[in-house]
Amino acid sequence: MARNVSTQRKIVVTVVAWTIGILIFFPILWTFLTSFKTEAEAIASPPSLFFFDWTTENYHEVQSRSNYFLHFMNSVVVSFGSTLIGLIIAIPSAWAMAFSPTKRTKDVLMWMLSTKMMPSVGVLVPMYLLFRNTGLLDTRTGLVIVLTLINLPIIIWMLYTYFKEIPGEILEAARMDGASLTKEIIYVLTPMAIPGIASTLLLNIILAWNEAFWTLNLSAAKAAPLTAFIASYSSPEGLFYAKLSAASTMAIAPILILGWFSQKQLVRGLTFGAVK
Amino acid sequence: MGNITLRNVSKVFGAHAVIPSIDLNINDGEFVVFVGPSGCGKSTLLRLIAGLEDVSDGEIVIDGKNATELPPAQRGLSMVFQSYALYPHMSVRSNIGFPLKMANEDKAVIDKKVADAARVLNLTDYLDRKPRQLSGGQRQRVAIGRAIVRQPKAFLFDEPLSNLDAALRVNMRLEISQLHQDLKTTMVYVTHDQVEAMTMADKIVVLNRGRIEQVGSPLDLYHKPDNLFVAGFIGSPRMNFVSGSSATPYKAHTMGIRPEHLVLSKESGTWSGTVGVAEHLGSDTFLHVNVDDIGTMTARVSGDFAVTHGDRVFLTPDAQRVHRFDDKGLAIR
Amino acid sequence: MATLHTRSAARLMIAPSVLLLLAWMIVPLAMTIYFSFLRYNLLMPGMEEFAGFSNYSYFLTDPAFFQAIFNTLAIVLGVLFITVVGGIALALLLDQPMFGQGIVRILVIAPFLIMPTVAALVWKNMFMNPVNGLFAWVAKLFGLQPFDFLANAPLMSVILIVAWQWLPFATLILLTALQSLDEEQKEAAQMDGASAWSRFIYLVLPHLSRAITVVILIQTIFLLSVFAEILVTTNGGPGTQSTNLTFLVYAQALLQFDVGGASAGGIIAVILANIVAFFLMRMIGKTLEA
Repeated sequence: MARNVSTQRKIVVTVVAWTIGILIFFPILWTFLTSFKTEAEAIASPPSLFFFDWTTENYHEVQSRSNYFLHFMNSVVVSFGSTLIGLIIAIPSAWAMAFSPTKRTKDVLMWMLSTKMMPSVGVLVPMYLLFRNTGLLDTRTGLVIVLTLINLPIIIWMLYTYFKEIPGEILEAARMDGASLTKEIIYVLTPMAIPGIASTLLLNIILAWNEAFWTLNLSAAKAAPLTAFIASYSSPEGLFYAKLSAASTMAIAPILILGWFSQKQLVRGLTFGAVK
Repeated sequence: MGNITLRNVSKVFGAHAVIPSIDLNINDGEFVVFVGPSGCGKSTLLRLIAGLEDVSDGEIVIDGKNATELPPAQRGLSMVFQSYALYPHMSVRSNIGFPLKMANEDKAVIDKKVADAARVLNLTDYLDRKPRQLSGGQRQRVAIGRAIVRQPKAFLFDEPLSNLDAALRVNMRLEISQLHQDLKTTMVYVTHDQVEAMTMADKIVVLNRGRIEQVGSPLDLYHKPDNLFVAGFIGSPRMNFVSGSSATPYKAHTMGIRPEHLVLSKESGTWSGTVGVAEHLGSDTFLHVNVDDIGTMTARVSGDFAVTHGDRVFLTPDAQRVHRFDDKGLAIR
Repeated sequence: MATLHTRSAARLMIAPSVLLLLAWMIVPLAMTIYFSFLRYNLLMPGMEEFAGFSNYSYFLTDPAFFQAIFNTLAIVLGVLFITVVGGIALALLLDQPMFGQGIVRILVIAPFLIMPTVAALVWKNMFMNPVNGLFAWVAKLFGLQPFDFLANAPLMSVILIVAWQWLPFATLILLTALQSLDEEQKEAAQMDGASAWSRFIYLVLPHLSRAITVVILIQTIFLLSVFAEILVTTNGGPGTQSTNLTFLVYAQALLQFDVGGASAGGIIAVILANIVAFFLMRMIGKTLEA
């Protein structure tokens, strides 16, 4: 239904919305621009928005001085690793709960969610000690384990809500057509569930990439992902705005792009399916 | 060959017995319809036969072999679901061929059988489409195609027409009946629509609250209902029931008379009343008459019979066609 | 509803998740509870002894604890206020027809996708810094004295940064909910002569109430344990002015190495979070039935 909206009103709304949108986005834009300035220009007064000598010097500096690539790879390994392991554990569980529910399924789901409500700080001390005693402190393996566990409930929940939308009759039809359980999963369930699994993967990578409690507390120089690496800029020496900006831009760019592609799934995943 | 025998079959969910205990025999080649109001257990019964649910007790024998513990895939049955349950990510060709692929048939055999099925069902031009690109009737035919390619011992239909519009439903009804005559394979068909049951079945099983009320041919059930429930369920419009003092002359606790077995007159008759609503179908007219001392009765008269709202009419039941029931609701014969 | 065969397969498939989460929930938590009754400092290994409730009484009588509770609540409530009110306003704005709606949406969502340490450091250095920050420059432009946000209003600064990160979340969810409002309902209300304001009060706001509840509850869970933003900006200070409960426990454990005290604090945090979680679970449980 075409609503009757005057063009004048539309223009006013457009101007207001764009202004607010740009204001909200400005810190990110500013970081991006600053990353191409020299350190002197970065703190120049008055600051210049676009008219400065663009340089990629900072990006080289960040890499050569602090081995940026190592931390980037740590982030990649930790977020992809924890997400993939989480999916492998969660897909069968979500499948079972969606298509073979029992009286207790709802309770199990709620209980899983409740583990997410436990504040991390409540188990910080034992986790730290356990990791220290088992040599997992400051290792990628250790971070993958923790991030898998903290995000597992969200993965299961998201998959569950997606699987729920696949009509059970279709799986029964496959069963009638002679498909074994394995074939049923390979030929019928998985192809139908791929969009849901992909969204879950995307959202979880975002969450894992940005996780900033366990990564800060359980990693140091060796396994530190970007969250922890960037945090080391909180007590800097000398001029560093441009380099901070360059490191930050590289740290947030992949996730910004992923996130923009998965806006809808963000809502659904973050509200455990309560808002779609 | 496809005879199916249920012995003492029951199904309990928690503390609730959906099906207390059922014995039933379905002969090879028969078209059997399970009919009953919603929640009567007819779909559950079908799913028990299919193997999609476990029986709580009793046994299911298919083709002389005890199939009670067999998984659905090994029972040799095909099923057409209410929602058609087509695989949305597969083309019509792959949908129809899926059971054969699961049976590890040769590619060439699959192609041939799919092509044959498609020809029979008028789907040849649509083989490369996805289910969402098809109309309701076409989807229905794909579901049937998927069921027939594997040449099952029996077909199971779970309310397959309930998602179609009225005109299409009549068409598909004919097509399924035609299919049955061509294939001569056992069919078990679940519906809540007694018209479907009457028009298609060789044998109707009337279910109510998980119990079989009566088993018989459509005309058996129409002419000789065993009890009040069957009498009221089969036939449209519903049978009129009269109980109390008006039923006493017929030596029954309740007497029943179908609308088409009431003789109407403007001069005299057993009962008198005022015409409430008259539904004109053209060929027939259904009159809802407020009969004095009894209440509303429905009568079917020829479309020529001219009456309007408020007219006084007289009704006389055809004595040969009166159904008599005792105080337990069972037929007196 | 299924057969015995699929049911037992199902149980087998759920088992790994359940066992993992069960272990994750019980083992560390049990250890925390155990440690909370010990006098246990990492700097003095081998000196552990049973301490009864002394860790709790120490923690509960520490003035920093009350400051931390207050700060925790201030962060939760402050951020909630800004994001819910701002989120409703933004969602209403973005729901209007305009040019380039998709792009504006993308701009607004962006802060939520930024990792907390980046967000906090960018705000701290490039905006709130009293010498080189952009805010300082704006102040000087108007001839005002630059304001040292993190030194003079640390808690407010933290709230501001966290609110910037969570505003997109509230906006996105409220916008999604808004778009599910039946267009015909709005038109019916228009036909009934309802003004824009009364349409908002009687139609839109009730429709949004569920989404608002979800936003409040989920944000509360996350906001109770804000950590990285405090760590990289104020480090809890000056003094304990911007220390929340999470940061206090962290400091007790990994800066003072007091395992017993930190564990007692952790248990208190768990109890507080559970009170909130109780309501959240009931809420989400209801939507599960629908």
